[in-house]
Formats: sequence, structure tokens, C-alpha cells
Amino acid sequence: MNEENKEKVDAIIRKWNGKRGALIMALHELQGAFGYVPWDEALYLGQSLGVPMAKIYECLTFYNYFKVKAPGKYVISICDGTACHIKGSTGVLEELEKELGVPAGTTTDDGLFYIQVVRCLGCCGLAPVMVINGVTYGKMTPDKVKSVINEWRAKEGK
Amino acid sequence: MITLTIDGIEVKVPEGTSVLDACREAQVIVPTLCKHPDLEATAACGICIVKINGRMLRSCCTPVAEGMQVITRDPDIMKARKTIVELILSRHPNDCLSCLKNGNCELQDLAREFSLDKDTFNNITPSEKEMPIDDSTGCIQIDPRKCVQCGRCVQVCQNVQNVYALSSLKRGINTRMAPAGDLPLDDSPCIKCGQCSAHCPTGAITEVDETGKVWDYLQDTTKTCVVQIAPAVRVALGEAFGYKSGDLVTGKIYAALRRMGFKAVFDTNFAADLTIMEEGSEFVRRFTKEPERLPLITSCCPAWVDYLEKVDHDMIDHFSTAKSPQAMLGAVAKTYYAEKIGVDPKDMIVVSIMPCTAKKWEIKRSKEMFHDGIQNIDVSLTTRELVRMIKQMGVDFNALPDEEADSPLGAYSGAGTIFGFSGGVMEAALRTAHYLITGKEAENLEFDQITNLNEGAKEMTLNIAGNEIHIAVAHGIKNVSSVLEKVRRAKANGEKTPYDFIEVMACPGGCVGGGGQPLGVTDAVRKARQAGLKNDDRKSKVRCSHQNPDIQKLYKEFLGEPLSEKAEELLHTHYTARPLYNKEDK
Repeated sequence: MNEENKEKVDAIIRKWNGKRGALIMALHELQGAFGYVPWDEALYLGQSLGVPMAKIYECLTFYNYFKVKAPGKYVISICDGTACHIKGSTGVLEELEKELGVPAGTTTDDGLFYIQVVRCLGCCGLAPVMVINGVTYGKMTPDKVKSVINEWRAKEGK
Repeated sequence: MITLTIDGIEVKVPEGTSVLDACREAQVIVPTLCKHPDLEATAACGICIVKINGRMLRSCCTPVAEGMQVITRDPDIMKARKTIVELILSRHPNDCLSCLKNGNCELQDLAREFSLDKDTFNNITPSEKEMPIDDSTGCIQIDPRKCVQCGRCVQVCQNVQNVYALSSLKRGINTRMAPAGDLPLDDSPCIKCGQCSAHCPTGAITEVDETGKVWDYLQDTTKTCVVQIAPAVRVALGEAFGYKSGDLVTGKIYAALRRMGFKAVFDTNFAADLTIMEEGSEFVRRFTKEPERLPLITSCCPAWVDYLEKVDHDMIDHFSTAKSPQAMLGAVAKTYYAEKIGVDPKDMIVVSIMPCTAKKWEIKRSKEMFHDGIQNIDVSLTTRELVRMIKQMGVDFNALPDEEADSPLGAYSGAGTIFGFSGGVMEAALRTAHYLITGKEAENLEFDQITNLNEGAKEMTLNIAGNEIHIAVAHGIKNVSSVLEKVRRAKANGEKTPYDFIEVMACPGGCVGGGGQPLGVTDAVRKARQAGLKNDDRKSKVRCSHQNPDIQKLYKEFLGEPLSEKAEELLHTHYTARPLYNKEDK
């Protein structure tokens, strides 16, 4: 853990140290600061707050919200809200998982893509919808998946 | 007192009693998979449901109330319990015949009791590839497919042992009992005490079985196989053959081992006497000449050694460098004894029978466990594994004659045998320390204040010839921290240490309640096993380690005197601070 990161964690520790039920709030802030809950930082936080890593991970793995691995550079949010579901988001997700070779909720081995399933992105008229780093793709079909992903791969020269 | 009715029988129990415990008062057995007498009720499994005033409730976590009407068995209840068992089995491998827990499994017992229909639900057990076995420690094996999510292992690991290696990850059907970050157990804070395996109701957590290795060695005609048995084994192994907890079956174990093909049957109790000679001398040296190096902390429990190296490593300088009895016996067997019988140590196999899973780790833990490149102990088996071997070999254990151990590493004093329970190492050390300090034999040999198992941390001040010795004894790792905190505070304030000598055993009760002992341990069982060892001590002709004639002979012929150069080389070790977790990337 570098000094900069340590300072970020120390600020969270100062805020929550000695307060009852602080763990979940502190972990929220840790994820806010790093985009996920990194191992070394969580261990350091836990030791300072007197919470064993076993307890921290019970909390982190109980809630879907927490991520324990760095999310990919490009976050793919695929909607599985009612409208998108009826319009065939399941097939799109399956194709995505196949194309990237990882299940939803995980990051590809090269660290580029992270797939997350969300409930409603607020544009049901475009169902099924997928958003990659703020760029919206409406009326998705499984056969469009490859070309969309390739657009982002091209940015990386891959 | 609260009066309630259970299946028509009126019982009176103290307020706060659970309905489950109250049922016992009415001689009614309510089945349960998650509640263990050592642990808090968590209402995890739901099998203990009963009808209370007409409502179905889990009896383990429902306190009694005045006038309660409890029904423990009717068609509704039986159907509900049966469904739970069927649901558990729908996600459990059907490999009972090849499971280590076959015949000793609480889930199997329930399945039998409920006479289940065949495959009510489709079996959806994940494959071994999806849920691999974790045997990374070489001591404890976790097979997550056999887990019933009762949570006992996590509770004992966290709340009783304060180790926090295991955690309950994820939720619902995906819940897994594993270390944080899904690390292999060996890279976690696990101290291999094996209490998880001793409390697991199924085959999900067991010892790593090494009986096959030992059978192979015994078949190998180029090897001379010798064996040692630890103190606590002799008062527990009999349980598997119909004896009561605490019944001494030492002579029958010797006989069984001899029939298995071991050329010499030795006793770890002999080496416990040797440990006392070294550790007692170490204590007396510090007490009389190096008071700044007090307290001395015992180190014969490998799970405690592991914990100290990972968590309390600021105390390493206070740790006795004397090896454990298991390790000492290995060291003298492959030197002194090998020389005596003219066998090349390379061709000698030393097997130990221990009440402990961590002893499997101890035999490789540092370079001092090897001599001239040869590992001193080849295999360390648990009591449960020896039971399995005795059953496999086909002898009528109960009818075996009571035999004696072999010379020169078999004779033991009463002090050696009490190593098997909390406070026993300290009591044994004090018997010899009294002699070393005063030159006279102690009159008082027993200190109930430190050997009683009711308290987790015990203190005593003993006066030996005008010297006050302050003692602390802790069992169950959770109870160690309060003792060490007092030492740390005194050190930080530049005050005199509150304790001169501290004994720690990782498992509640000490080795009698060890993680490798026969299953079903409760406080009553621990106490019965302890009583057995006390009995063994009291009937011994020699009750102090320094009076053991074979120990005296070993020093005379081979080691010189305690803490001699040779003794330091063979019988002592060192400790290294290690991180709590081994994790390479983030």
C-alpha cells in the first residue's frame, strides 16, 4: 500500500474509529475511494478498527454492492429490468459472457471489461439496453454484441 | 424455575434454558444438526423445530416460558424435519461409502432416522471441479461439497479460538465456509488446531488422512518403523471401542501398535519428561539469572506456536525454545536410539499418534525438525486415524492384552502423562522446578487451581523456598489475549512482569480436547479424559520428570545435562514472525 492510499484509508479510519456499527459505512467509503475494496487497504482498515479480515469479507461477500476486485476499465452495465428482460436481455447477457469469457459480476483477465447486471437504466423505450462507460447502446441483440465490444477493444489497439 | 410441559411430561428448568435443553430434562432427544453443546445456538439448520403452544419454532433458540406446552414429535413436525434433511441431501454428494466420516456422521444418522424416500429432489451437488477440496495445510481437509452450512466451524474458529481463519462467505445457497478472499486455508490465519474438524457434523472438514502412508511404511521391509503415542490419546481412543471417556487403554494401544508391525513402541510421555527437563531448566535459568527475560511461555502446542508466530510475535523472546515432546522423541529416536540398535536413521521411520491436527504441521515447521537432512518424524497421525487403522487391521481391540512400552524411550513419570490437559505442563514443570531451585523434592505435587477446566485463564502464585512464582495458564486461544495484554502493559510501563511462567494450549481443555481426538467432545468428555490422565499420574510410581530413570540414563549416556550443547542442538528450536495472510496480488 503506497503513502497516498494509506492517507485515504487513514482518513476513513479517523472518521469511523470507535463508532459502533462503523464497518459497513467505512467499507462503503473505501469502495468510494478506490472503486472497489482492495485487499491491503481492507486489511489495514480492519486492523485499525479491530475487525478481523474474516468479518470484513463476510460483509463484503454478503452484499452484491461491494466489489473485491478492481472493476474493468470499461464497465458494461446491462439492464435486466422488466422491459429489457421481456425484450430479450438474457440472450444479450449470455452472448456478452461468451464473448468476454467471464460471468457477470467479474472482470476480464486483461482488466479491460467488467460486466454488471443492473435493474433499469431509465430508457425502457430502447430495451434491451446496455451502457458502456456512459455510452448507451439501445435495442441490443445478441449478434450486435461482438461488434460493440470490438469498438472498445479497438480503442486499446486490440 | 420455569415449569413447562414437554410431550405431556412436566419439567422444571432454570429461566433462560432453551426448549432444546429443557427437552433433555424430559429424556426427549430433539435432533439438531447445527447446535453443538460447546457453541451458541444459531438456528441455522431448522431440524430442532417443535410445536410450542401450537406454533412451529426452532427449539435451540427459543427460551422456555411458564406453562409452555411443547410437542416434539407429530406428523407435521416429522414431515418438516424430513424435508429439511432431504433438501440438504439434494446438494450433498452420495459418496458415504468412501467418506472419512462414514459411520460417524450426524447427517448420515439423521438420514437413517428419517428413513428417507429415494431422491425426493433432484440432486444438484456441484462437481468437484466447481467446488474443489482444500487440503493446502496438509493437516485439515475442507470438502465444501459436504458442507451443510451449519456454521459450527466458523463459530469455533472465530469465537472459541479467536483465529478468524474461516468465515461464512456469500449468502443463501451459495454460502461457503472459507478464508477471506477465498484463499487456501494454508495462506490464511489458520493455526491447524482442527477444532473445526472436531465440530463439523459431516465429512466437510476432517483431518488429512495419512493412514495409507503408514501402512506402506509398515510393509516396507527395508524400514525400521517405530511409533510414539501422546498423553491424551490413551484416555480417548477407547471411546471408539466402547470404553468410557477417560478409561486408560494405554496397554492395549501398545499391543495394537506392536501387532501392526512397529518394531518399537515408544511413549511421548517419556519425551514430555524430557521437555520438562529442558523447559524446567530454561525457566530456572531465566528465573534465577535473567529475570528480564521472564515470563517464559510454553511452546509444546504447535497450534499455539503457529498463532504466536502470526499474531503475538512480539512475544517470541519469551517463548520456550524447548521442542515439543513429539519433536523431542523424533530427535532422540533417530540419533540416540538409532545408534543404539545400529540402524541408519535414513532407514528408520518414526510415526506419532497425536490428539492433534497441528502436529502434522509441526513435523516440518522449521529446520530444527530435521537432523542431517532427515526429517525426525515421518508421519503424525491423529487419534481418529489410529482408530481407523486398528479397525482396518482386524484385531479385537477390547480383548488385547495390556502390554508395556519399549525401552529406552517408553518409560514415563506421572508428570509426563499430565501434559495432556490444560495446566498439566505447568504442574509437571513446577514439580521439577521445585527440585532444581531447592535441591529437594516437592511435597505438594498437584495444583487444582491451574488444572481445573472450568476457567479459560487461570492464575496462581506459588512460593518455592521464599521465591514467589507467578503463574498463568490459558486454554482456548481466545483466553490467551487477556494474559498477554497484562504482560505487554507491564513491559510498556517498565514494570515487573505480572507472570513468570505462562502455559498455553490452543484447544479448550488442552490436548484431551484436541482437534484430532474422537468426535463428540463436550466439557463433560474433556473432564472425564482429564480425570483419566490424573488417575494415570496418581498411580505412577515416579511422578516427577527428573526422577524418571530412563531420562537420567539418556542424559548420562548421550545428552550430558539439560541445556548442554548437544541438548540445544537436538531438543531446541527457534521461532519466526510470519504474516497473518499470504497473498501475493491484490
